[in-house]
Amino acid sequence: MQLVLERRAERSTKIAILSPLLAIAFTLATMSLLFAILGKNPIMALYVYFIEPLTDSFTLMEIAVKATPLVMIAIGLSLCYLANVWNIGAEGQFIMGAVCGSYLAVVTNGTDAGPWVLPVMLVMGALGGALWAMIPAICKVRYGANEILTSLMLVYVADLIMDYLVRGPWRDPQGMNFPTTASFDPVATVPTLFETGRIHWGALVALIVVALATVMLGRTIKGFEIRVVGAAPRAARFAGFNSKRLVIFTFAVSGALAGLAGIIEVAGPVGVLQPGISPGYGFTAIIVAFLGRLNPVGILIAGLFLALTFIGGEGAQISMKIPLDLTKVFQGILLFYVLACDSLILYRIRLIASPKKASQGNVHGTA
Amino acid sequence: MNAVPVSNPSARAPLLQAIGITKHYGTFLANDSIDLDLFAGEIHALLGENGAGKSTLVKSMYGLIQPSAGELRWMGEKLELTGPSDARAKGIAMVFQHFSLFDNLTVAENVALGLDGVESFGAMSARLAQVSRDYGLPLDPNREVWRLSVGERQRIEIVRALMQNPKLLILDEPTAVLTPQEADQLFTVLFRLKSEGRALLYISHKLDEVKRLCDTATILRGGKKISTCDPRQETAASLARMMVGAEIGEVKATSARATTVPRLLINDLSLEPDDPHGVYLKGISVEVKGGEILGIAGVAGNGQDELFSALSGERLAPREDNVIIDGHAAGHRSVTDRRKLGAAFVPEERLGHGTAPRMKLSENALLTGHAASHMVHRGFVDKPKTLETVDRTTKTFDVRKAKRDPEAVSLSGGNLQKFIVGREILREPGVLIVSQPTWGVDAGAAAVIRQALLDLSGRGSAVLVISQDLDELAEIADRIAVMFHGHLSAPMAAADSTREKLGLLMGGASPAEALAGVAKEASHAVGA
Amino acid sequence: MGLLEAIIISVIAASTPLLLAAAGELVVERSGVLNLGTEGMMIMGAACGFAGAYFTGSTLVGALCGIAAGAALSLVFAALTLGLAVNQVAAGLALTILGIGLSGLIGAGFVGEKITPAPHLYLPVLTGIPFIGKILFGQDGFVYFSVALVVAIWWFLYRTRAGLILRAVGDSHTSAHALGYPVLKIRLLAVLFGGGCAGLGGAFLPLAYTPFFIPGMTAGRGWIALALVVFSSWLPGRLAAGAYLFGAVTILQLHAQAFGLGIPSQLMTALPYLATVIVLVLISRARGSAGSVAPASLGVVFVPDR
Repeated sequence: MQLVLERRAERSTKIAILSPLLAIAFTLATMSLLFAILGKNPIMALYVYFIEPLTDSFTLMEIAVKATPLVMIAIGLSLCYLANVWNIGAEGQFIMGAVCGSYLAVVTNGTDAGPWVLPVMLVMGALGGALWAMIPAICKVRYGANEILTSLMLVYVADLIMDYLVRGPWRDPQGMNFPTTASFDPVATVPTLFETGRIHWGALVALIVVALATVMLGRTIKGFEIRVVGAAPRAARFAGFNSKRLVIFTFAVSGALAGLAGIIEVAGPVGVLQPGISPGYGFTAIIVAFLGRLNPVGILIAGLFLALTFIGGEGAQISMKIPLDLTKVFQGILLFYVLACDSLILYRIRLIASPKKASQGNVHGTA
Repeated sequence: MNAVPVSNPSARAPLLQAIGITKHYGTFLANDSIDLDLFAGEIHALLGENGAGKSTLVKSMYGLIQPSAGELRWMGEKLELTGPSDARAKGIAMVFQHFSLFDNLTVAENVALGLDGVESFGAMSARLAQVSRDYGLPLDPNREVWRLSVGERQRIEIVRALMQNPKLLILDEPTAVLTPQEADQLFTVLFRLKSEGRALLYISHKLDEVKRLCDTATILRGGKKISTCDPRQETAASLARMMVGAEIGEVKATSARATTVPRLLINDLSLEPDDPHGVYLKGISVEVKGGEILGIAGVAGNGQDELFSALSGERLAPREDNVIIDGHAAGHRSVTDRRKLGAAFVPEERLGHGTAPRMKLSENALLTGHAASHMVHRGFVDKPKTLETVDRTTKTFDVRKAKRDPEAVSLSGGNLQKFIVGREILREPGVLIVSQPTWGVDAGAAAVIRQALLDLSGRGSAVLVISQDLDELAEIADRIAVMFHGHLSAPMAAADSTREKLGLLMGGASPAEALAGVAKEASHAVGA
Repeated sequence: MGLLEAIIISVIAASTPLLLAAAGELVVERSGVLNLGTEGMMIMGAACGFAGAYFTGSTLVGALCGIAAGAALSLVFAALTLGLAVNQVAAGLALTILGIGLSGLIGAGFVGEKITPAPHLYLPVLTGIPFIGKILFGQDGFVYFSVALVVAIWWFLYRTRAGLILRAVGDSHTSAHALGYPVLKIRLLAVLFGGGCAGLGGAFLPLAYTPFFIPGMTAGRGWIALALVVFSSWLPGRLAAGAYLFGAVTILQLHAQAFGLGIPSQLMTALPYLATVIVLVLISRARGSAGSVAPASLGVVFVPDR
């Protein structure tokens, strides 16, 4: 007997909806096994990870806080991935957005600059992210350099630039030599939504981004262009779409969104620029984008779910001494299962009898 | 090379016997209980339309797929093939329609990969040189395949098969890519193989070839065997009837076709290829008048794809006036702008070029319709309008599909081609450029498409058809030009263009040589 | 020991993990598969390699554990991309994320522990030759193995029938399948080989380079190895040259930092990453007219339907 893939005549809509749920179910099963190996009670651990954070208004708000950058970055990445453009350097674009926006916060620190500071910081953050993303984009369209490698290399560089700034020119003189800028002034801070909790206006920005992306992808010719260039590049060229311009466009948009997320993060929940402002948002957002099936609403849900794992992971570390790295393992496994289950949308797995070990079949396309 | 001993014809024991071969793909029945006997020293034709099940049947015989039911017998004994190497070990060789070659490897390496590696590379190379000399199929063993012409590539496939000293040679549509003269050379080789006592299974849908070459013909239709007959006793019409299962209506040109002003002008178009394996276009000039169909013949890979890209605007021409559409210099305009000038394009490749395979038909209507069909308002897509285009195309061109708006990939080749051609023709283009309009399409759909092209030109449009199928061009074109190595010959009236003349041009002869060549061949024939 | 000698020895050490990982990836890509998970397989190799050596005290066992870890992770990749026809780019990213997480989990207990570093070759007389003695005859086993590996890969690809078949599969999986070659099986073996090499390259770091384990200690070397394969135009000889060039960049920036030229240390640390970007741009630009030299089926999903 042998398992083979068989191409479906049409994509299965039923599986398209079921696939992320199936992936989550498989992941939870695998995680239970891992918990057991680590000597923890799986039921208990799953409860702490996935249910407990939902039972408390404070942690619920924290989930929204964590989901905000994830969703914003993942929306940008989804545009890239739909267009078959592989920007995996969102982490660097996030950091450069934070750095560029923070510049204004640092130079106006302690002055009586007015409420114009925050809006300008946001614009600078978005621009910073977009410009950083332009480097791999231009390297790709002008010279044909692989954007996967260049965008990723620039993550390390962005990290080092930030490190240099907060240890050098931008270090808080009163900071006891800690590598951090001074706390941002109130005019350079994203206001919170409620009296208590850290949830801030950035969460609303993320929702607006989701809405705009939904309209763009579903209703506009630009959205169509993105999907065609990704799905069938030659047909896209035949349609008159310029794939090089689209590389620039998708990198710019995703860089801007990552940069905006970066400056909102430092000007919001963090309040200063310092190393470690991101627990890998730029990379986790890749998982969010795929788990959300590159669909804006799906990404919103997936972003909330992965934010839950961050919060749950912290809770599990405190209450059950489960290593924090398990959250990353969880995310990696989840991405694997998501990709595996997505394959079932286009293919059906069949068990076929084969008495002989034969090279089965027929190259697709020629029947 | 040793000849296989000729079996005693009176015994008439089949070399390979297929008994009740059946192959399911899911619910689709590709082969339905097919019986076939192949004899040594005989060329057996396998005839059928695209999708009749010919390729599936021979893949079973070559061990590439396992039949769902039925069995093969080799010299009377049950034959179980677990893979092509089993088949090769028995003495079954195959020349594929879509070559199974490796572009970036050398000829010698390609041949080595088709053998089972029992001899050293050096010994293999020596044998390669000998076989290719013996059969008059010259090859440079150290050239990389991508540098070779289509005809040379096929030569590799054939030499590779001959080096196995096969008892049975299967050839899948070998002449589809050859000039008539190259095909004649191939037939010489095939006759020699037959005289050496080998069995040949020859897949084709070209009836004149089969009548000329083959001793027996088996006709498949819809996965079933229709009959086995002696093709020399049949007429082309009777064979066609068995293949298609019905009479195919002849396409008719509209009676009053007056050519008008030139609507498409190509002026001295030269263009470097954009990929290293491409063809350089050299000084192409031609005009197509309203009400006229201009055919461009030629062996694949002589610059037709490059010409199509330059005309469609997928690649821009060096000069603005290299391409003139309805009086507008368009050489520097984009695909979209050319469509706005009233031009329409149908590329050769249906899936992936003419359509996005995994997108719905309505989205594929938008693919070319967004330019000039009022489907987009201020950046927003008018979905009902795209669906309406699908419905109109479906109705006008009889596109058969399972639901209103399926994915392009789910349609059969013929229906998808009708959709693509229909999508463009419904826009009433002033200029239509179409490449291989009926390649791999069933006879019914082909007739619909050819008729639609004739009707469009009858309504005053200029139509340029790039095709490898000389019969098709003879049927619909008013004038025919030939592409060779990036050059385009001066067009001649279709009425004056014989197969021989076109064939010589396709092989690279100058027009004067082509005329002289035809004359020489004629005198040769008289002398012989 | 002179400064130049010390620099050359440290360049070789810095180049070895890159060379090991990149050599494996070269074979993978020659078969037509793009495995972007090198970083994840390397860091897993580092964690498991350290664990193996820590418990047994044997560098060899550590190296074997590293190979096994890399190969095991690549098996997951193979199951997805070859078995389920998943997009290779996405699966490679998933592999990296998973590898980083798992290695953190496994390595957490070993942070701060030390092991005996891999022994260096010592031949009486020969190792004592001034200057070249230690460079040629005083290295650890990884270094010799990495050089032998590159030579072996060259020989395999260009002098054996199996290597010819591997290149053929990478050039056109459709043709290879039609001729009866088991495309997926060949690719599976290539992916496992690449995983083992990446694991070994990762294991080199805690076993020979620094005798301890730090989470994330591969620091992007897996990605640089991928860039090296592009740089090499998929040719083993050029791959070795590229790896040593990159090792040199890494070491020179360390020495420059030590001299304290007044350049921010962060800029020097960023040098290998910036160099990667620049090299990718230059090599792609130089190739622009000649077109891509990558294996023609690289990254294309192959499904032998039915």
